[in-house]
Amino acid sequence: MTTFNAPHLEYATLLPLLIVLGGAVVGVLVEAFVPRERRYVVQSALAGVVVLAAGVDTAVVTRNLGLFHDKPGKVVAEGAIAVDGPTLFIWGLVLALSFLGVLMFAERKLESGVLSFAGQAAALPGTEAERQASTRGLEHTEVFPLLLFAVSGMMLFPAANDLLTLFVALEVLSLPLYLLCGLARRRRLLSQEAAMKYFLLGAFSSAFFVYGIALVYGYAGSMGFAQIANAVAGRTDGHVLLLGGMGLMAVGLLFKVSAAPFHAWTPDVYQGAPTAVTGFMAAGTKVAAFGALLRLFYVAFGGARWDWEPLFWAIAILTMVVGSVLALAQTDMKRLLAYSSIAHAGFMLTGFLGARSLGVVKAGDISAVQAILFYLLTYGFMTMAAFAIVTVVRDAGGEATGMARWAGLGKESPLLAGVFAFLLLAMAGIPLTSGFTGKWAVFAAAVSAGAWPVVLVAVLLSAVTAFFYVRVIVVMFFSEPVGEGPSVAVPSVLTMLVIAVGTAVTLVLGVVPGPVLDRLGDVAQFIR
Amino acid sequence: MPVTPFIVLSALLFSIGAVGVLVRRNAIVIFMCVELMLNASNLALVTFARVNGNLDGQIAAFFVMVVAAAEVVVGLAIIMTIFRTRRSASVDDASLLKY
Repeated sequence: MTTFNAPHLEYATLLPLLIVLGGAVVGVLVEAFVPRERRYVVQSALAGVVVLAAGVDTAVVTRNLGLFHDKPGKVVAEGAIAVDGPTLFIWGLVLALSFLGVLMFAERKLESGVLSFAGQAAALPGTEAERQASTRGLEHTEVFPLLLFAVSGMMLFPAANDLLTLFVALEVLSLPLYLLCGLARRRRLLSQEAAMKYFLLGAFSSAFFVYGIALVYGYAGSMGFAQIANAVAGRTDGHVLLLGGMGLMAVGLLFKVSAAPFHAWTPDVYQGAPTAVTGFMAAGTKVAAFGALLRLFYVAFGGARWDWEPLFWAIAILTMVVGSVLALAQTDMKRLLAYSSIAHAGFMLTGFLGARSLGVVKAGDISAVQAILFYLLTYGFMTMAAFAIVTVVRDAGGEATGMARWAGLGKESPLLAGVFAFLLLAMAGIPLTSGFTGKWAVFAAAVSAGAWPVVLVAVLLSAVTAFFYVRVIVVMFFSEPVGEGPSVAVPSVLTMLVIAVGTAVTLVLGVVPGPVLDRLGDVAQFIR
Repeated sequence: MPVTPFIVLSALLFSIGAVGVLVRRNAIVIFMCVELMLNASNLALVTFARVNGNLDGQIAAFFVMVVAAAEVVVGLAIIMTIFRTRRSASVDDASLLKY
């Protein structure tokens, strides 16, 4: 009889991930056993505490692994998960953004005492059942466990060190988000449509991803990234399998980061989803997916760089063009921010082209990983704050997302309009905002790897993006309001905190980016 | 064992699924086409597991099945809500969000 060898799991290192997963499961139990009137307090507090605890534990793990003392990190869970510098940075970033997400989810004041999610998702829009759900003040507190499940997927995705874990993480991250997109309290038809589009296209792209996994597995004979890297370095036959597999897996990942030509879902889903979900999804998914993209292509397919680089040149340019040119024609604020997020994906892909062989990077140079991680940090916080501001500009029908409704906001609420203008300037990459430093870092990384034509296009398109950001600022400050003009609802301290934190990070990273950028340089090294 | 017929079959199934997603209008049928693509991937995974002589591919096929089942739960729930609201599961009807 064969003996059974129990797998060895490093629980201490995996604890941040386990805390979030455990918190999500407890959240499901809370839904079953806690009386309805107390669920909101219990669920939102639980989600907040879980995310905070996981964040603190991420810091502890970082310290224990000695990442700031030239230790590379550790491959744990029988080779399935790599806990190294980029992983831990992304864990910290995703958890910080998720905490802001919890705050936005828990906002009740804007909808006069209920969550901004559907009171009863099963009640049809415009029926007696829906009116009853609304008069009884029903709310779906399940959104908090769903958020936690999505967060756990976002943490596992960039840490995955084999193809199977990568696939499972992709789905754990996506499935809760599909549901959350369809749960808006107002404009439910739009919200449901967004959920369906996101779901069908997401499932389509993950099918490509799985087929890519099958081909890469057929090529390398193993799912592990290290073994794949060995096969890529050592084998000379079976090149077709590798190329096909890499291409199909790239489709799945580029869909998640919303790079053109796989971006078509982004504007629709960002517009239709509840704004709290849009903010969380826009920031968190992009961070996680870029982490996974970096690890897969740098660690597993690093040896085949000459094969995939031309593809990414084309995709980076196309994404920036699509994002910035189509944004010019937008009249809806959420759609505008969606196209801007596509353009940002393009700028980050420009940094992605900054991959260089290890020996070539000089001390003090900005590496591609370092640049992209910094860009993700800046992008995540400004996006979160921008969408939080979208939730407070309202009219009788809920959020006023049409840009015409924002005319005259500068007179109505100079502070809010000023903060939003600052965030838009940061997105455009104006100096003294974090956006400038982020752009400068990715462009520097790409230029030093010889991708200067892409950087040239990127700089030109930055100017184009600046145009539509400035147009919004002009509308807010120099246009006469139409009709009654916009009204700014006073949110509870939760949403204010999101706006304040997002803006503060954007400002601080713009004025003194050095310390963060330098420390990132110490840890931005994948374990192989 | 010749491996090519298995891979060709799985590629065919995958392509049929992909074309189905692109040309069909009913959300349920589109969804079934996605499932066909996932199952084609399973066939490829299992074939390669046989070729490579290890079990990784077979285990992955099990995971894909479980994930597909979870996806069915979420997907059918979303398609059902759409159908109940609009009395139609056609993806062409859901077109409020555009441009």
